[in-house]
Amino acid sequence: MASYRELLAQVRAEIDEVDAVRAREVIENDDPVIVDVREQDEWDEGHIPGAIHIPRGYLESRIEGAAPDRSRQILLYCSAGNRSAFAAKTLQDLGYDESVSLAGGFTDWKRNGFPVELSAGLDAPRRARYSRHLLIPEVGEQGQLKLLDSKILLIGAGGLGSPASLYLAAAGVGRIGIVDADVVDESNLQRQIVHSTERLGEAKVESAKRTIEALNPDVQVVPYKERLTSENIERILADGWDVIVDGADNFPTRYLVNDASVWHGAPVVHGSIYRFEGQVTVFKPGAGPCYRCLFPAPPPPELAPSCAEGGVLGVLPGVIGSLQASEALKLALGIGEPLVGRLLLFDALSAEFNEVSIRRDPECPVCGEHPTITDYIDYVEFCSGTREPA
Amino acid sequence: MTRVRIPPTLREDVGGAREVPADGDTVRELLDDLMGRFPALRRQLVENGDIAPFVNVYVEGEDVRTREGIDTEVRPGSTVILLPAMAGGAQLGELPPPAGG
Repeated sequence: MASYRELLAQVRAEIDEVDAVRAREVIENDDPVIVDVREQDEWDEGHIPGAIHIPRGYLESRIEGAAPDRSRQILLYCSAGNRSAFAAKTLQDLGYDESVSLAGGFTDWKRNGFPVELSAGLDAPRRARYSRHLLIPEVGEQGQLKLLDSKILLIGAGGLGSPASLYLAAAGVGRIGIVDADVVDESNLQRQIVHSTERLGEAKVESAKRTIEALNPDVQVVPYKERLTSENIERILADGWDVIVDGADNFPTRYLVNDASVWHGAPVVHGSIYRFEGQVTVFKPGAGPCYRCLFPAPPPPELAPSCAEGGVLGVLPGVIGSLQASEALKLALGIGEPLVGRLLLFDALSAEFNEVSIRRDPECPVCGEHPTITDYIDYVEFCSGTREPA
Repeated sequence: MTRVRIPPTLREDVGGAREVPADGDTVRELLDDLMGRFPALRRQLVENGDIAPFVNVYVEGEDVRTREGIDTEVRPGSTVILLPAMAGGAQLGELPPPAGG
């Protein structure tokens, strides 16, 4: 039976090791996956820049998520090079033939005066709160820090804004702006779940702010109790928003938000609903079409029934608003394939999703090659049906 | 024969149906057939003899504006989706506060 020392010696004989100087060359030239196998408190006190953190106990279960390509080089390190030696052996057994262990570990790395990154760090309560995010390789600690630093503006705190704001808040989006001039009405409560019966008559932005802050104190809510107009949109956008979630219920606001987003280069996550059906897409300036490419002009008002007239199944904005939150989080994190150039259609009655492609219109008056609309227009008039027929 | 998917905002104009069969080798013929039987659709779908700017027609998931517009060919068995802009809707010039549907 082998002692620990004997086992370590045996393992070290079977794996490849590099010293700190060589490790730095490998990092600079070969773009390896750098894996820190130490414990959380050790990682928090500093680590090699670019490293990912997989504590030794989770190595087998998480390495495939972090390094699916078995042929990629993996540089493992711990504090002194012993745990990482065992880790390298484990990875060898899993088929990672290019794994190496940093002999002397992080201690030797620091002794050489090589760069160290301090964890901007989630504290323990935040690690607990966001633990299910931290487990996802695409989010992780860096992603969570990104979310905590991101700013998302919601147009409307109604049917779509309710689930969107709740999920964005729960996810830890650091700052959420909400634009809505309305107060909570009894007829809202069938679907607007960010509000409640005791908030009847209260401003929707204040009601939403209270709900969100009770859900997650990490979130700062910026309420704008006003109707979004050509006059105030520049002031509101000057507060600096990474993503706009459009849950407006009328065409003038849709076109206003679109034009502003194109001029500011801010992506818009668009959602709309009617009865049992909803639509979601992402308008990302420069990367895909805008709302005017999709619908060059609004329908005459008499042809555009609203949810107030036609009704809506209460859960429908729950589905569509949640999809908007999902897209907004992807944009904030910079992951996945957002719905750019794709319009997702959901039909609750048949429980079907369909997708149609939407393309950028080179003739678009706002985002096209030769824009003819370069400043805010009178959007109410534009949508009033008095425009000249095309 | 092509099955045309009718969006919820237009269903009242076709007696509530979610899908309506129509005949035609192009989008124009298809729409003419539909509007001949359901005249209330005309204002909702066409303007000056072309597809209205507030409605999109998709054949096999592609916007016909990116193909040959109203003259785009429709093969038998294709899926056609009519999709008018759907935003809720302002009340005749009076802009209501934004409030997510």
